[in-house]
Amino acid sequence: MLRDITIGQYYPVKSCIHSLDPRTKIILVFMYIVAIFLIDTFVGYGVIVGVLAVVIKLSKVPLKFILKGLKSIVFILAFTMALNMFLVNGETVIFRFWIFTLSVEGIILAVKMGIRLILLIVGSSLLTLTTSPIRLTDGIESLLNPLKVIKVPAHEIAMMMSIALRFIPILLEETDKIMKAQTARGADFETGSIVKRAKAMVPILIPLFVSAFMRAEDLAMAMEARCYRGGEGRTKLNNLKFHQADFIALALGVIFIGLCVYT
Amino acid sequence: MRLIIEAKDLVHEYYTEDEEGKVESKVRALDGLSVKVDEGEFLVILGHNGSGKSTFAKHLNGILIAKEGVLVVDRLDMAKGENVWKVRENVGMVFQNPDNQIVATIVEEDVAFGVENLGVPADEIRKRVDGALDTVGMSEFKRMSPNQLSGGQKQRIAIAGIIAMQPKCIIFDESTAMLDPIGRRQVMDTMTMLNKEFGITIIHITHYMEEAILADRIIVMDKGKVYLEGTPREVFKNVEDIRAIGLDVPDATYLVYLLNKRGLRIDPSILTTEEAVQALLKLR
Repeated sequence: MLRDITIGQYYPVKSCIHSLDPRTKIILVFMYIVAIFLIDTFVGYGVIVGVLAVVIKLSKVPLKFILKGLKSIVFILAFTMALNMFLVNGETVIFRFWIFTLSVEGIILAVKMGIRLILLIVGSSLLTLTTSPIRLTDGIESLLNPLKVIKVPAHEIAMMMSIALRFIPILLEETDKIMKAQTARGADFETGSIVKRAKAMVPILIPLFVSAFMRAEDLAMAMEARCYRGGEGRTKLNNLKFHQADFIALALGVIFIGLCVYT
Repeated sequence: MRLIIEAKDLVHEYYTEDEEGKVESKVRALDGLSVKVDEGEFLVILGHNGSGKSTFAKHLNGILIAKEGVLVVDRLDMAKGENVWKVRENVGMVFQNPDNQIVATIVEEDVAFGVENLGVPADEIRKRVDGALDTVGMSEFKRMSPNQLSGGQKQRIAIAGIIAMQPKCIIFDESTAMLDPIGRRQVMDTMTMLNKEFGITIIHITHYMEEAILADRIIVMDKGKVYLEGTPREVFKNVEDIRAIGLDVPDATYLVYLLNKRGLRIDPSILTTEEAVQALLKLR
């Protein structure tokens, strides 16, 4: 059951968005996020939605799949919107109750906030949906590389991310195994209060941690035996390369986002 | 023939310390071990748990450094720190747990890991990775995640990762211990192929007797020393000596031993069932 969890919900199809360089996509998503918070008109949002729709169409990822990601933020969305709606002091007050005021300005602000959040999630999930975790880590490493000057461990961060990606399914499987072993000996994870269930997790966590540390030791030894000495002097099998499409995408992105912010 | 490994009077001790850092107990894992390995040889090291066989393996590419004694690997003295990395380029190691030695989330990326560490240019890496995967017969899996593979397949990926570094010698530290019989067969076949076709020195540490039969030479270790040494036939003849330290001999060898004890006269150096059958038929 635990094995069903997919990490970095990558949607593997072939499309022009998928084949873009991960760095291009990361940069564009960053600009996109900044733009969302700079834009303050409904017309601006309209344009962004339009562009987003085109990109989604190009990416061949089904819309349903993308909107599924919104489910997890419904609560946060409702909460932020409610806060904005009732706590903002506007001029045209509709009604007032204790510290809560409902005003037209408040409603407008809340709607804008909601649109921003939705756009944020949809836009950034497009990045993880169209980029495999490996390419994503490669992209992050390559983008962080210039920061090595100020001692940002770019290679180490990327290595940690890819090892984590490699071992998450293994550790999930192990958790499953330990749970089954404990259940076989009479442990109960399903009934009782939350506190009781949380306590029941302790006998799972301890063996899991022990085995994770042993794996880490083994892996470190295996990596050293294969001459791993950190990022210094390493070459790569698949080097990232900017293609023509990347420059076009970057240019289009800059123009669109610039226009949206300007209007 | 040229020696690739020469160990003389190696000593290694493990310490367990109490909370204040005082030495509580000492275990002498290697106790004056002397071993020579020729280039191109297929050597099997046998021994039960705690005989020091894995400790010895870890000395061979500098994961552990001996307390006393001399170890020369590929003409380099392992006591000198700067030689360790040079040796690791030429002496690869495949470990026991297939999961804990695979670094990347895609098969070909993992095979490339070691070569990438050597600083080889990208197109050369591509060539070597494809070649190595082809050698172990795993080319069709190269874009897959290691999590989708069986234990034997993962172990072959680990072997491919070592071959891509083009070493002179590969050490298998109980690499078959966690595999099912099919996986073991696959790994053993790969091992013999690398030895016969590519002339790579193989040192295989195991406690499976049927794997030891394939070797050019067997070293049986006990208490950190060489206990018996020779070709499989020479070693397994000493049924009583081997059983005295808690190891077994191949089933066929043991059968012949028991029959000889009852008064039959069969060649005691028989290793396989097939040989035993032939010898028994001759008795009629």
